[in-house]
Amino acid sequence: MSYFSDIYKGIKTLLTGMSVTGKYFLHSQKGGITQQYPDNRETLKMFERFRGEVVMPHDVNNQHRCTGCQKCELACPNGTIEIIWDRQVDPETGKKKKLIEKHIYHLGMCTMCGLCIEACPTDAIKWAQNYENSVYDRTTLTRVLNKPGSKLMPGVED
Amino acid sequence: MNLSLSITKNIHDWLFNMMPETLASLVEMTLIALIYLTIFAVIGLFLVLLERKVAAWFQLRIGPNRVGYHGILQTMADALKLVSKELTGTVNADKFLYNLAPYFVIITALMALAVLPFSLEFQAFDINIGIFFLIAISSIGVIGILLAGWSSNNKFALIGAMRSGVQTISYELSVGLSLLTMILITGTLQLSEIVEVQRNGWLIVQGHIPAVFAFMIYMISGTAETNRAPFDLVEAESELGAGFHTEYSGMKFAYFFLAEFVNMFIIASIATTIFFGAWLSPFGITESLPWLGVFWFLGKTLILMFLMMWFRWTFPRLRIDQLLTLEWKYLLPLNLMNIVLMALIVWLNLTIQF
Repeated sequence: MSYFSDIYKGIKTLLTGMSVTGKYFLHSQKGGITQQYPDNRETLKMFERFRGEVVMPHDVNNQHRCTGCQKCELACPNGTIEIIWDRQVDPETGKKKKLIEKHIYHLGMCTMCGLCIEACPTDAIKWAQNYENSVYDRTTLTRVLNKPGSKLMPGVED
Repeated sequence: MNLSLSITKNIHDWLFNMMPETLASLVEMTLIALIYLTIFAVIGLFLVLLERKVAAWFQLRIGPNRVGYHGILQTMADALKLVSKELTGTVNADKFLYNLAPYFVIITALMALAVLPFSLEFQAFDINIGIFFLIAISSIGVIGILLAGWSSNNKFALIGAMRSGVQTISYELSVGLSLLTMILITGTLQLSEIVEVQRNGWLIVQGHIPAVFAFMIYMISGTAETNRAPFDLVEAESELGAGFHTEYSGMKFAYFFLAEFVNMFIIASIATTIFFGAWLSPFGITESLPWLGVFWFLGKTLILMFLMMWFRWTFPRLRIDQLLTLEWKYLLPLNLMNIVLMALIVWLNLTIQF
């Protein structure tokens, strides 16, 4: 008779649900998923896929991987990236070569779409995971990504 | 009033020596009323905090932890905020009924509190129709909700109130019948005597199979009586705003809110009294210390309330037709069968007695 089997099934499914929440209840004491933000400012680390801002990593010799190809500038849908470049004589080969002077990034205009990072052929720029990006003055949102005096890492263009 | 724990006895004698009898009993009544109001407020505030904490743990959160040590003062702060808020009302509301409704809800909750046997003789009003009184009082509470919904002159509030009416009238039947099943064993409606009967084993043990069924039915329909999730069609935030108390603010809203939690306490403590031996300790381990009964009573009630919170944070809200199907097609027929089964067991002396 389906009447009694319905009751049996009903109770069984209810108990299944209760066992799930019961497990959650017991495990919550080990620390839930809540981040108590301003308190754990020192230890809070954002996960890998978080998009905080675009940065250009430099190695210990103050060298970056940006060749100044401007693909990121073209890829950006809202003109966030501006590259000031110049043709200079490469001391190694003695030939004229395109070198970046300033890689300017306007964080205030960035929508974190990530198209520039996908477009970059040399992996010169990547996402940083910092999350406290608010400032009092919007001019500080305009950043020069390459450090002063930095050079192109040898071998990137090969 | 027969609070005959030694302190209360002394106060009683002292009062009656101090002043004429009429005045003394008036003073005593006032004192008892104040004590019960305090109990009401403390239970309400504590349960709101507990609910929030338990809810947080069920959802792997932390819950209130900012006000006081681990957030214990959170509900006090909330209550203070609500006291300080303006009591807004609607222009077209029926002012008299609108203002009356919260008191209906709160007074019924208080009246039910008075008959609960917290410990040996710690019971304000040991009436000989105790259970009957409790069932009757708990169904008066719905009048407050209906009044609130009707007088608010708001369609959401009215829909909420009407749902509450449907729900309470249906489920009160199951509450009454499941308690009646247990009355077959005790043979009395007086709460203090029901407790005495359980000295030979708690009723859920004495009545074994039908008692367990009765307990399950009681807990389900009791949850529905208090309008808690998964039976909170009355409030149904996603459909009706806040249901019957949409138009209430400040302290009047707080009355509804507190009464809801106190009703939960009452439902759980009736279950404690009927099924789990009220203030009796398991195996009589603290029989020589009757005042410890308060802790046993509150402990058992707490466990049952935790069960109700467990329901609440596990199951989604029922639709109104599912609600009525559950009651009229499942709980009620099962309940009637259960009564027959229990009657058979009592008749054939198959109860388990220690």
